Amino acid sequence: MGALYEKLRQDVRFVEGLKACLNCGTCTAICPAAEFYNYQPRKLVDILQTKDDEKILELLKSDTIWYCGECMSCVTRCPRNNAPGLLITALRSLSQESGYFTESEKGRQQLAIKRTVGHWILKYGYCLYPSQITPENHPEQGPIWEWEFQNIEKVMERLGANYQKAGPGVLRAIPQEDLDEIKKIFDETGGTARFEKIEEYSKQKAEEMGIQLDDGLKNDYIKHIYTAVNKDHTTGS
Amino acid sequence: MKPGGKRQIWDEYQKEIADDNYFYVRSCVRQNFFPGAEKTFFRYMKQLGRNVVENPSHTTCSGIGYHSDIVPFETAMTMVARQFALMTEAGYENFVTSCITSFGLYSEVLETWEHFPEVEEQTRIHLRNATGREFLKPKNLAHASDVTFKLRKEIADAGRYRLVNQDTGKPIRVVEHIGCHYSRMFPNKGVGGAEYPYVLVGMIEDWGGEVIDYPERRHCCGFGFRQYLVKANRGYSISASKKKFDSMKPYKPELILTNCPGCPMFLDRWQYAISEMEGTTYGENGQGIPVMTYEELAGLILGYDPWDLGLQVHQVPVEPLLDKMGIPYDPEKKFLDIDGNFIGKPKSPSFLKFY
Repeated sequence: MGALYEKLRQDVRFVEGLKACLNCGTCTAICPAAEFYNYQPRKLVDILQTKDDEKILELLKSDTIWYCGECMSCVTRCPRNNAPGLLITALRSLSQESGYFTESEKGRQQLAIKRTVGHWILKYGYCLYPSQITPENHPEQGPIWEWEFQNIEKVMERLGANYQKAGPGVLRAIPQEDLDEIKKIFDETGGTARFEKIEEYSKQKAEEMGIQLDDGLKNDYIKHIYTAVNKDHTTGS
Repeated sequence: MKPGGKRQIWDEYQKEIADDNYFYVRSCVRQNFFPGAEKTFFRYMKQLGRNVVENPSHTTCSGIGYHSDIVPFETAMTMVARQFALMTEAGYENFVTSCITSFGLYSEVLETWEHFPEVEEQTRIHLRNATGREFLKPKNLAHASDVTFKLRKEIADAGRYRLVNQDTGKPIRVVEHIGCHYSRMFPNKGVGGAEYPYVLVGMIEDWGGEVIDYPERRHCCGFGFRQYLVKANRGYSISASKKKFDSMKPYKPELILTNCPGCPMFLDRWQYAISEMEGTTYGENGQGIPVMTYEELAGLILGYDPWDLGLQVHQVPVEPLLDKMGIPYDPEKKFLDIDGNFIGKPKSPSFLKFY
C-alpha cells in the first residue's frame, strides 16, 4: 500500500465507495460512459483494490478518470455497495491537487471549467449565467436560445424573472455581502486553493506545450483544451 | 388482509413529504433555461393554499462545480450548510429544492454526515469561521417534484384540462424521465426509489395520461457535467439522448415529462441538434416530441396561459400537444414582451417544424 492510496483513503467518498469488488461488471453494463468512451468502471475499481501506487499514478495521469459523467447509475446496481462514481470524484480531486490532471487531454479541460463555472459561482452566485452562455460556444442551444440571448432582459421579464435586480426571484442579483460569504467559504474550505492549483499547473503545462495562455477565456490554450480531440477516446463502435 | 406482506415491502418505496411551509432553493439550470417553471411552482402552490418562501441571499449550492470536480467536497458541504443556515434563520424545517443535482448533493451531504459525524462537525466549524452562521438540519428534504406529486390530486381537482386527446378521447401518451441524482445514489430519498420511480408517473396517471414504457427509459439524458460543459466532450451528451429518442420513437410518445432541470433542456435541444445533423425528427410530420417540466404541465392542467408558463422558450414547439389537449393559445402573443410589443421571432430550424 503506497502513499497515493493512503491519500485516497483520506477522502470519505473513497471510503464510502470502495468496499470489496467481485468484478461482476454490472457497473460497466449500466454505465453511459462505458457505452461511449473506452472506459470500464469495473476495471477502475479492480485497479484501486490492488492498492498499487504505480497503477494509481497511471490512473491519475490518464484520460480514463475523466470519462465518467457522475450520473451514479453504477451506485444503484452494484451488488456489493461499491460506488465507482464516488471513487472517480476522489481520484479527480487527487489528480488536481497533485497536478497530474494536466498530463491528459481530458484532464487539462479542468481549467476551462474553472474559468467558466468556477468563475460564475464566485462572480454571480450561480453555476450558470445567461449572459455567459454564448450561441458561439453553444450552437446546440439552437435559434431559440440565440433569440433569448439577444433579448435576454425582455424575455426574462416576460417570464416573471427578476433578472439582475434586487429581491427574491429567478436570476435575482445576489447581494454582494452574500457573494463575499461564498468567497470566504471557498477560502476556508480549500475551494480557492483548488482553483489556484488548477491555474498554476495549467500555466506550467501551457508553457511546456508552447501554447499561449493569459488570464482570460480568449486565448489559444483555453481554445485548445475546450475543443481539442486529438485521439480516439471512444469505444469505436 | 394481514398487515405486512406486500404492503410492508412497498413501504420501503414510500417517502415522507411535508404538506406545507417550505423553504425553497432555486436551480441554476432551471432559472437560466426554464425561468417560467419556477414562477409557475410558486403560482400553483399559492393557488393550493401552501406557504413557500425563499431568501434572496441563497445562492447556488455549487453542485455543477462539485460534479465537474473543480469544487472540493468540503467546499460543497459548507455551501450546503449555508443554505441550511438560511432555512434555520427563517424558522423553517422543510427544505425544498428546485434542482435535482442539488437534491442529490443535499442527500449526499446529509448521508455523509450520518456516516462521519466528525465531517459534519468540521463543516460546522468551516461555516462558523467563514460566515458566523449556525444551522439545523432540515426535518424534511424534498425535491419540488415530490411536493407536486403530493399535491397531484388537488391539482387534478382544481384543473381545467386533462392529458386527454380532445378529438379521440384517448389518454395522451407520455414518457417520463427521472433525473439521475433524484434517487440513483440514495433510492430511499425518492418516491418509488431508483427501481420504481413513481414521482412523475403518479402525476401523469392522475392528470389523465398514459405512461409509455420503452427500453431505454432509465438511461441518463447525457448531461454528465464536464461531458456537456466542455465543447470537445458533447458527443457523449448527444449520444445518450439520441439513444433514448431512438428507443422511444417506435412507441409514439406525445410528450416527454421530466423532473430534473437539466434533462428537459437536453432532451429539447438535442432533438434540434440531431435534426440539423441528420435530418431526423422524432415526432409526427416533422415535429419533435414536446418536452416539459412538471411545473409547466401542472400549469397547463390548471389552465394557466402557455406563454405565461414560458413554453415559448422551448426549441421543440409544444403547440401539437396544446392542440390535442384542447388548450387555447394565441400564436400572435408567443413572442411578445411584457408590454405586448413584438420582440422578433427566432429563426426556424432547417428540419424541425417550428411555429
